[in-house]
Amino acid sequence: MPKDNGIGAATPRREDVRFLTGKGRYTDDINIRGQLYAHFVRSEVAHGRIRAIDTAAAAACPGVVQVFTAADFAAVGGLPCGWQVTDRHGKPMQEPKHPVLADGKVRHVGDPIAMIVAETAEQARDAAEALSVDIEELPAVLDMKAALAEGATKVHDDLTSNLCYDWGFVEDNREAVNAAFAAAAHHVTLDLVNNRLVANPMEPRVAVGDYESHSDMTTLYTTSQNPHVIRLLMGAFVLGIPEHRLRVVAPDVGGGFGSKIYHYAEEAAVTFAARTLKRPVKWTASRSEAFISDAQGRDHVTKMELALDGDLNFTAIRTETYANMGAYLSTFAPSIPTWLHGTLMAGNYRTPLIYVNVKAVFTNTVPVDAYRGAGRPEATFQLERIIDKAARQLGVDPVELRRKNFIRPDQFPYQTPVAVVYDTGNYQATMDKLLAISDHAGFAARAAASKARGKLRGFGIAHYIEACGIAPSNLVGQLGARAGLYESATVRVNATGSISVFTGSHSHGQGHETTFAQVVAEMIGIDAGQVEIVHGDTSNTPMGMGTYGSRSLAVGGSALVKATGKIITKAKKIAAHLLEAAEGDIELKDGKFTVAGTDKSVDWVGVTLAAYVPHNYPLENLEPGLEETAFYDPSNFTYPAGAYGCEVEVDPETGKVEIVAFSAADDFGNIVNPMIVSGQVHGGLAQGIGQALLENCAYDENGQLLSGSFMDYAMPRADDLPFYKVDHSCITPCTHNPLGVKGCGEAGAIGSPPAVVNAVIDALHRAGHSHITHIDMPLTPARVWAAINA
Amino acid sequence: MAKVTMTVNGKAVSAEAEGRTLLSSYLREGLGLTGTHVGCDTGQCGACVVHVDGKAVKSCNVFAHDVAGASVTTIEGMANPDGSLSVLQQAFQDHHGLQCGFCTPGMVMTSAALLAENPHPSEAEVRHYLEGNLCRCTGYHNIVKAVLAASGQDVGAIAAE
Repeated sequence: MPKDNGIGAATPRREDVRFLTGKGRYTDDINIRGQLYAHFVRSEVAHGRIRAIDTAAAAACPGVVQVFTAADFAAVGGLPCGWQVTDRHGKPMQEPKHPVLADGKVRHVGDPIAMIVAETAEQARDAAEALSVDIEELPAVLDMKAALAEGATKVHDDLTSNLCYDWGFVEDNREAVNAAFAAAAHHVTLDLVNNRLVANPMEPRVAVGDYESHSDMTTLYTTSQNPHVIRLLMGAFVLGIPEHRLRVVAPDVGGGFGSKIYHYAEEAAVTFAARTLKRPVKWTASRSEAFISDAQGRDHVTKMELALDGDLNFTAIRTETYANMGAYLSTFAPSIPTWLHGTLMAGNYRTPLIYVNVKAVFTNTVPVDAYRGAGRPEATFQLERIIDKAARQLGVDPVELRRKNFIRPDQFPYQTPVAVVYDTGNYQATMDKLLAISDHAGFAARAAASKARGKLRGFGIAHYIEACGIAPSNLVGQLGARAGLYESATVRVNATGSISVFTGSHSHGQGHETTFAQVVAEMIGIDAGQVEIVHGDTSNTPMGMGTYGSRSLAVGGSALVKATGKIITKAKKIAAHLLEAAEGDIELKDGKFTVAGTDKSVDWVGVTLAAYVPHNYPLENLEPGLEETAFYDPSNFTYPAGAYGCEVEVDPETGKVEIVAFSAADDFGNIVNPMIVSGQVHGGLAQGIGQALLENCAYDENGQLLSGSFMDYAMPRADDLPFYKVDHSCITPCTHNPLGVKGCGEAGAIGSPPAVVNAVIDALHRAGHSHITHIDMPLTPARVWAAINA
Repeated sequence: MAKVTMTVNGKAVSAEAEGRTLLSSYLREGLGLTGTHVGCDTGQCGACVVHVDGKAVKSCNVFAHDVAGASVTTIEGMANPDGSLSVLQQAFQDHHGLQCGFCTPGMVMTSAALLAENPHPSEAEVRHYLEGNLCRCTGYHNIVKAVLAASGQDVGAIAAE
């Protein structure tokens, strides 16, 4: 057994060496001989009608090869949306056209109007100054409720209104939920905003299009979390290139957090330009461009209601959310406030009746789509905030109110009233663990010490549930997905026993090259160093859906287990032949095949060599070679859960909040690499704390982005954050995937925002500011000070 | 365009650069040293940090012409002469101080400058010194831990693997 690098080992990451020595190969590191450079001229207004574009002066600038506008894209398709939501009345959502370059109207600051292609990046940028665009500015549609008012300016003239859909879930429960509220002993209401965020992976997006006319082969190098999906969307729906003539490569990718899932206009535009000009074309986003062109996250305005009976059992939940879609539908945008949000509204609790209403709205802002957690943080925030408010309003301990309503360990599998079935969990256990690791019992003493220093200390709890690895494909198809959600793996055993794995998952920081190798090494009983993981290139990996939604190990890892299982089955047949034994008697242990109960054995390499040099081989029954592919389509989501505790100190003079401790007790099911799992939690916590205290994507009344750079958008920095205490020793293995794993990538970002806000409210209440029931995120010093001094 | 000559990672180099060419572009495009990354356009993220005459500098904030003749060290020059990871780089790997790797070159260069100035920094000093380097993946926990470990301090008490 490979103890130091099999399943469960904190194996150091093999990918680190190249990243630590400057040898990573990110998309912007790729330069192709003869390459041209693209620069996008973008709208400076939020909403306007394009009267005229005069390209002549720009086209005449030094080095300019061609200036592209919407007219050049007349013959190609627009950017497709990958999910169609059906509204409360059974009608499909309103789905606007999404041209590659703005056609007739511009609909948000940053909307691309023209692409200038020149010999150098500087020449393309210089020529942009000479491009003349005449735009008649129109009123900007920004506030979601105003956008839905009668007579509001329309973002899309050809739609009936700015309403994308009005979704009800579960619609049939609507009246029963209303009746439960009418009968409730207690009724708690909370209005809250889930602030708009910018994903901001540290690597800005880059796309390089390349076309070889002699082979009619098109290649796109791009910063993507899912190159196969980009190939399918761009090839089939936008540019009309069949898959066998189109290769998409996503090499080392510098973080994604959701923002690199989608098919973006720039990818199609540089590919189109490369095919038109027969030269490679490269575009590298500046950070300023990323702020106005990467899909953004969250942006919900919600009224949340909780009904309780006289014994403080939750009896019903009712929510009404306005969800901002931005100006166009990004690839998976419609699914986020619906199927990834409404389905999680039960949380960890036995609430029998739930009704979720979501109105998705078009505005003159950057499109909004999945960002780490995607819908689940919004659901968790509503639920965990209102439970805290209920506890305060009803004078009970927030921990006890949660415990009283938790789904009990003996109730799994648990059918929620919002369609999903949780397979396993033990929420009392994660709560117990959290209270232990956070030294909850010692809080009073710490609070007293803070008070002596003039600070207000508070403790906030949140318990979350997540749904990872969205599946199965036949279900998501019924829910409107225009894609399957399986994953793939090819395991190629080489003649001398080393193994090349080709996965449809994509690593952009998650460490698959290490963990996937650990899984294969464990199954076969060889050293992980013998296993290479290949990903990110459609030309050598099987069709897969990529990495997002904490799906890689639960779905991609399961495909890998399945393919490796096929390898082992075949290898045992070969071993049986070599050992002249019955196949059923062959045992594989520590990389050695043995005839059970005997000392007859053949090692791994003996078998792999026989597979490729089949001199002594059952050719009549078995093909030579040792290579297997598997596709895995899960039967259900996985449901990680956990308890998070945040301890803050608030400075009452300034309103500044300091996170003094943060603890996380997660149940991720089985763990392959605990070091990597902890790292995923740390990163998620930082993003969740960032949302709660620092980050805010703000537009002014004209639709100008106020937070358009790192000067104005407050990214969490090293000195904003503490060391975290994380624990993942509470394990209820997933019952429906072979590894028993659940997914850990988003948990931190889901559970932490309500824990932080609950902690601040707790601190303020302890100091006697009991009029404060809520402060909207981010809890900046100004907002907290204003609440204290209201 | 004019030739700009300097010493990079101990070797004399020269490449064409416009007056407006940033040191980061000079290194990446002119010399092909793509380990230095550019993560923003406002001097905030620190992915582009290199050492110029021993000082940590954001290479996107310096014109190549302005550092002609200087001695520059980039991430490509940080490993031991035999190619093995330096103590600091090894600490980043051992403590999982990187995920996507994009901010990593800047983090290593800034941390190396810190340790040169202050061989035994406190946690607060590490956090403060790294304030100009953004990381979106790690939540900084393991970066801070790696830097403390590289300074020879016992990080066993810091929670979590």
